[in-house]
Amino acid sequence: MEAEASYVKDTELRLGLPGTHAPVATRGSKRALPEDDEKSHGKSKARVVGWPPIQSYRKNSFRARKAEAEVAGSYVKVSMDGAPYLRKIDLRVYRGYKELREALEDMFGCFSLGEASGAEGCTGSEHAMAYEDKDGDLMLVGDVPWEMFISSCKRLRIMKGSEARGLG
Amino acid sequence: MTYFPEEVVEHIVDFLGSHRDRNAVSTVCKAWYQVERLSRRNVFVGNCYAIRPERVMARFPWMKSLGVKGKPHFADFNLVPYDWGGFAQPWIEAAARGCPGLEELRLKRMVVTDDDLELLARSFPSFKSLVLVSCEGFSTDGLAAIATYCRGLRELDLQENEVEDHGRQWLSCFPDSCTSLVSLNFACLKGEINTNALERLVARCPDLRSLKLNRAISVESLNRILARAPHLVDLGTGSMMVNHHTEAYHRLINAFLGCKSLRSLSGFWDASSCCLQAVYPVCVNLTALNLSYAPAIQGDDLIKLICLCFKLQKLWVLDCIGDKGLAAVASTCKDLQELRVFPSDIYGAGTTAVTEEGLVAISSGCSKLNSLLYFCYQMTNTALVTVAKNCPHFTRFRLCILDPGKPDPVTDQPLDEGFGAIVRSCKNLRRLSLSGLLTDKVFLYIGMHAEHLEMLSIAFAGDSDKGMVYVLNGCKNLRKLEIRDCPFGDDALLKDVTKYETMRSLWMSSCDVTLGGCRALAAKMPSLNVEIINESDEADEFQENLSDLHKVEKLYVYRTVARGRTDAPDFVWIL
Repeated sequence: MEAEASYVKDTELRLGLPGTHAPVATRGSKRALPEDDEKSHGKSKARVVGWPPIQSYRKNSFRARKAEAEVAGSYVKVSMDGAPYLRKIDLRVYRGYKELREALEDMFGCFSLGEASGAEGCTGSEHAMAYEDKDGDLMLVGDVPWEMFISSCKRLRIMKGSEARGLG
Repeated sequence: MTYFPEEVVEHIVDFLGSHRDRNAVSTVCKAWYQVERLSRRNVFVGNCYAIRPERVMARFPWMKSLGVKGKPHFADFNLVPYDWGGFAQPWIEAAARGCPGLEELRLKRMVVTDDDLELLARSFPSFKSLVLVSCEGFSTDGLAAIATYCRGLRELDLQENEVEDHGRQWLSCFPDSCTSLVSLNFACLKGEINTNALERLVARCPDLRSLKLNRAISVESLNRILARAPHLVDLGTGSMMVNHHTEAYHRLINAFLGCKSLRSLSGFWDASSCCLQAVYPVCVNLTALNLSYAPAIQGDDLIKLICLCFKLQKLWVLDCIGDKGLAAVASTCKDLQELRVFPSDIYGAGTTAVTEEGLVAISSGCSKLNSLLYFCYQMTNTALVTVAKNCPHFTRFRLCILDPGKPDPVTDQPLDEGFGAIVRSCKNLRRLSLSGLLTDKVFLYIGMHAEHLEMLSIAFAGDSDKGMVYVLNGCKNLRKLEIRDCPFGDDALLKDVTKYETMRSLWMSSCDVTLGGCRALAAKMPSLNVEIINESDEADEFQENLSDLHKVEKLYVYRTVARGRTDAPDFVWIL
């Protein structure tokens, strides 16, 4: 494609080697123009005001979502000692420890988790709820605020018997 | 026709729906002007600064429905500063004084305050419908006023507004006597909602057909709502976060099974593939589906869902549907008329989501397609030519190639020929947005062929003033022209100044027009407002000292019978 050899174009500041066809640089622009396909995507898009032409409402909704996704994980495995298979749940669905406990009771219905006494993870019966955090340590459920819990919980474990009593 | 009795003229005029026809009728003679103005019920003002509100109220005293638009379209992309204008207040005040019988108000891209909403709520005893689109400046307190004072409210439709959250009590302000709601849309609200109040409201409004919830509404609440409103036609779900095998999930399945009238679905905030099965029973009847806020629904799950929706006419999705998903749409949705594909990864690595292949597939399968918004990373001329051949019925064609100025990747050519094919083939094209690498040639084609084009959006395109001149000369029906980052300057701007009187508005930003050129335009055309929007600090101080050669950052020109504006902020100069 031939670029017209206008005076303006000759003296135009542009990125890219002379002679190669590059899009017209707009004057005074702080924007990085795409130099070539591979490099351009992230750089140029981030710097051009109002580009891509997506409604700010939509953009903001995605930004908020991205931030949330970084905090909250996705599905975590739930194991119960003695149960033949594990389950998987999305922790973000629940609003607090109580709902989580109720959901787990539903799921592992035949094994009653009983009422909480003291810490949330401790029960009057023989089960304790524990979780594995980012460092791989086994922690009692209920010590930290809910938000912190769902961001650090990698795996849930319902323990029973003597091991559970030790955590009380 | 002066021997025609007025009642007969009025009866005939009543058959005219469109504003354009009625406007034409009113210019015939004084008698017809009078008949028309007293019988007009729907009034539309495309630019709130084109006329003073009092004049509108005086001319149409029996108006029942008013629509007003404020900021220019590019305000959607943050190109118009926050406090530029577009205030609803003078319109609502004038209507309260001059047209107390007002029943419907629709505002787009305007600044609406809580005081405005309260005045609105208290001033119109027959008020039935409020639609706010892309507005800002109000909070849930304003909504509380609407809920409290608008007896007999049928419609409250909030689309994509920025609303400040002052608590959840606004919904409780609908009195127990409010049973008239037909349409309620609060999807854009960010805060919590009083779900008890919502469920009771839904239960006592038997005519409710359209309900769009916000993200704060859980699946449990949705279940209860659907149980009470099984006749819904249009549903925007709340947060669709649910796990398989839970009570809530089973109830959701049952809830949707009961919704026999559902034709339109949207929302799906936070939805994962889990919730999709619940929706299968309604898919066969869906005519509209909006999944553009559900990035987690992709791949095979999405395709499985789409393959059930064979009556779909309108589809909004994210580009993670991929070319494969679009092929599925093409083979399933033979009645598709409108497709929008939004980018899901705006700031990311630019991985291929949809390409020209997806668009070509759609065009071969969906010949009824007339409205397209398509974001992609690349497009070829060949693809566009094929699309033009397959789909000659486009009225709206908006293509956004995410890299500004990107050429056809196969041939390295600009996309002039591709877009040329579109305007040649689509004789009824009314709206066009261009992108990619484009020279003046594409504008030559547009000027030659796009006879019915009313709105054109251009970015990072063209080589010289000739491009803009081709468009201004050729497109006889052009109403709105918006341009950013193009090498168009004073010569193009001033080539045919009377053209702007035939248009609603012209926007030019980051182009080559100078202050001198704008001054010349303003001097020649007193019927236009020539607005310079200058946000940089230096401009404030040295306003008088700026030479004619100073490049204008943002220019907004529009025809008006109201000279100037009384509410312009400091950084807006009206020449």
